[in-house]
Amino acid sequence: MENTAQLVQYILTGITIGAIYALVGLGYNIIYNVTEVINFAQGEFVVLGGLVMVFMTNTLHLSLPVGFFLSVGIVTILGALMDKLTIQPIKNATVLTLIIITIAVSIIFKGLAMLIWGRDPYTLPAFSKAPPFTLFHAIIQPQALWVLGITTVVVILLSLFFRYTMVGKAMLACADSPEASRLMGIPVQRMVLISFVLSAAIGAVAGIVITPISLMEYDRGALLGLKGFGASILGGLGSFSGAVIAGLILGLIESLCAGYVSSGYKDAVALIVLLLVLFIKPSGFFAGKRASLKKF
Amino acid sequence: MEPLLETTGITKHFGGIQALNDITFKVRPGQIKAIIGPNGAGKTTLFNCISGVLKADKGDIKLNGQSITGFPPHKRAQAGISRTFQNVAIFPEMTVLENVLVGRHCRSRCEMLQAGFRTRSMRNEEREIVEKAWNFLEFVGLENQTEKRAGELPLGDQRLLEIARALATEPKIVLLDEPAGGLNTKETERLAELIHQIRDSGITVLLVEHDMNLVMDISDEILVINFGERLAEGNPKSIKSNPDVINAYLGEDIDYSDL
Amino acid sequence: MGYEKKKILCLILFLVIFPVLVNYIPAISNYLEVMIFAGIFCLVTIGLSLLMGYAGQISLGHAAFLGIGAYSSGILTTKFGLSPWLGILAGVALSSAIAVVVGIPSLKLKGHYLAMATLGFGEIVFIVFNEEVDLTGGPSGFADIPYLHIGSFEFTSELTYYILVWSVVLIGLFFALNLIHSRVGRAWKAIHGNELAAEAMGVPTSKYKLKIFVLSSIYASIAGSLYTHYICFLNPSSFDLFWSIKFVMMVIVGGMNSVWGAIIGTVLLTYLGNEWLTAFKHFDVLVYGFILLLITMFLPGGIVSLPEILKSKRTITR
Ligand SMILES: Nc1ncnc2c1ncn2[C@@H]1O[C@H](COP(=O)(O)OP(=O)(O)OP(=O)(O)O)[C@@H](O)[C@H]1O
Ligand SMILES: [Mg+2]
Repeated sequence: MENTAQLVQYILTGITIGAIYALVGLGYNIIYNVTEVINFAQGEFVVLGGLVMVFMTNTLHLSLPVGFFLSVGIVTILGALMDKLTIQPIKNATVLTLIIITIAVSIIFKGLAMLIWGRDPYTLPAFSKAPPFTLFHAIIQPQALWVLGITTVVVILLSLFFRYTMVGKAMLACADSPEASRLMGIPVQRMVLISFVLSAAIGAVAGIVITPISLMEYDRGALLGLKGFGASILGGLGSFSGAVIAGLILGLIESLCAGYVSSGYKDAVALIVLLLVLFIKPSGFFAGKRASLKKF
Repeated sequence: MEPLLETTGITKHFGGIQALNDITFKVRPGQIKAIIGPNGAGKTTLFNCISGVLKADKGDIKLNGQSITGFPPHKRAQAGISRTFQNVAIFPEMTVLENVLVGRHCRSRCEMLQAGFRTRSMRNEEREIVEKAWNFLEFVGLENQTEKRAGELPLGDQRLLEIARALATEPKIVLLDEPAGGLNTKETERLAELIHQIRDSGITVLLVEHDMNLVMDISDEILVINFGERLAEGNPKSIKSNPDVINAYLGEDIDYSDL
Repeated sequence: MGYEKKKILCLILFLVIFPVLVNYIPAISNYLEVMIFAGIFCLVTIGLSLLMGYAGQISLGHAAFLGIGAYSSGILTTKFGLSPWLGILAGVALSSAIAVVVGIPSLKLKGHYLAMATLGFGEIVFIVFNEEVDLTGGPSGFADIPYLHIGSFEFTSELTYYILVWSVVLIGLFFALNLIHSRVGRAWKAIHGNELAAEAMGVPTSKYKLKIFVLSSIYASIAGSLYTHYICFLNPSSFDLFWSIKFVMMVIVGGMNSVWGAIIGTVLLTYLGNEWLTAFKHFDVLVYGFILLLITMFLPGGIVSLPEILKSKRTITR
């Protein structure tokens, strides 16, 4: 009995954190699809989302929805600024330059977070006041349901956006062939901006929903970013459904490993999976044809 | 005579595109042999398969009777196949001289420890490398530009530099992919002369070229491919009168007038 | 070696004269201590500059090799009573072995993927330092690591250690400069310029990429050992991801296309980190970020490219 309870507990924890990895992975994919840039600052959006929400809730005492949208808005503006000030001005950048620039921006975000919030971890109240309940004898925090619910909503909204809106379709076209898109009159620069905005927003959402469960501090970005990248690579870089499946799998592996093998090495597990995928099949395991054509 | 280079049944797909289908041909030592065909016929792909830059799906490649199909490109260079690229692939940030020095890589030996401590054997070898490189630069006529960044050279000189670099590997056979591309008439004439000199120095030449005058003028033998298939093979005269070839080129603008 | 002789002499002159001058200039008053750290980091960045600037391969995990060297030395001398010199060798052996194992699959990757793979590798090693408490002492580390010694002479004073470290740096620099001006260095530059063409011209590219990866790991490992025997205390915090990025930053700020750039960038940033920025306790990360961003965007050739830029500006205005 206790064993099943434990297992259920681990699985649920895994899916919850996996949803966050999925969101971060989606963030990578959106920018990558339009620009072929891997944004090393992706994890920082998550941190900033969480910490700005802390400010909105704990300092300004704003209500949950107001704080939520304001926080997402602020991080989104930062994402837009990142593109406008650091990515767009660079012409004919080499891959190395782009890597370094996004790393520099990630350091700046991290430095800002440290300056404003210091080195302490912060928490947020759970979204609903409902008490924990039990399922198969495992104790479930309602916030976990919020994480899963909001992740689902984000994924659905995203797929609607890419399937039915002009902008979404144009962004996918950029992904397939930036040159042709330019010729067809798609404003590629605008698409790049939108991709940064979307990624920042999704990162912020992830940070806001996970902070009540796992706290947030200024230097969590790198690890979150790496694991999220693990999700997008395992799922096949550029593939949205791939990132979601892979994020959940990664979270599950991590949580099960923490429970049954070693909690100290739980962070290493996701990274080892990332390395193995990069070494064995960098085109990922859950993607369609498109991702496998990309260059590694 | 024993063929120097021999391919049997080379086949290559890119996804759904059949770039090469069952290409079999031979190059005899001392020949200048040309490969021609319309755009997208698969000529560059064939070069890539021979030099090892691409792995053929099927087929065998022999150099001097020895199969080199499993060799990576650098081993093929070592074995005596060198090449130039259609879209010049020099090392733009290195000097002209350094570009050619790289070509000597497979003909020199000193490794990291000797190089790091600059041993006597390393210095001797280095002197020899530089000397030989100068010879090749003089051969193509770039001896006055050795210290320039290679990326700064005009296209014509970049093509010459690529030839010098290819020759620096001391190949048995050199593959030239559209060496006249982007050259003016005068430069093309010099190129023709150069190709003759290369052959006269004992190096077999395999050439892809769109400039028909040049091809008909200097080749001993011509292989025609179209849509990845071998269409015809023979001396320039027979190729010119081959109805299949004329058909394949129909609509293309070939100027035979001054032949 | 005719080339760069002047620059090397200048460096040596600088290294000899400055310890005397420092008493008069307050901004660099802590010269010896800072320069010992700078020298140690220079070893890492010389190797990294060969890897990044010459061979064109990025590594965001080189602090891991610094750590492997440091922990090999620390653990072998403190817990197993080995001679420090053997500890250094053991560190080198372990680092190169790990560099081979990690390098072979990683170096097949390019650009972003290589960056992420090395980042992941560095982070894993960092986790190991934290988790293998029996060996490494975990997050709190361990102390009482012996000094380096030759016979009965111990390198305890700052001046002797300064001389030792910078002698090693000079040897490392000499080795690197020789490599650059050789067949090996040209092969690396060729790989950077056009990997396909290099391969077709007879350069075994995977082998050469692995060589420079291993060599740079050896530089970093020796640096780690020297670090250990200087501060005689170890914990994982000097080997985390931010340090890996700082090393890359030193190389880029100085100028990636020259090992001299690595040395300039390293000395400057070490001064910045150890001395000048200590006043801004909470700002330092932010300052690092802005320096890296601004240099990458507006001075991509780094500090060493300044003279040339100024020269060309002057000729334009004339
Ligand atoms: N790397 C590649 N990936 C996908 N398709 C390719 C690749 N290289 C060549 N192709 C395709 O293979 C076919 C043959 O191309 P190839 O470059 O060999 O032609 P070519 O005869 O050299 O043409 P050209 O005279 O224009 O240089 C073309 O349809 C081309 O689009
Ligand atoms: Mg071609």
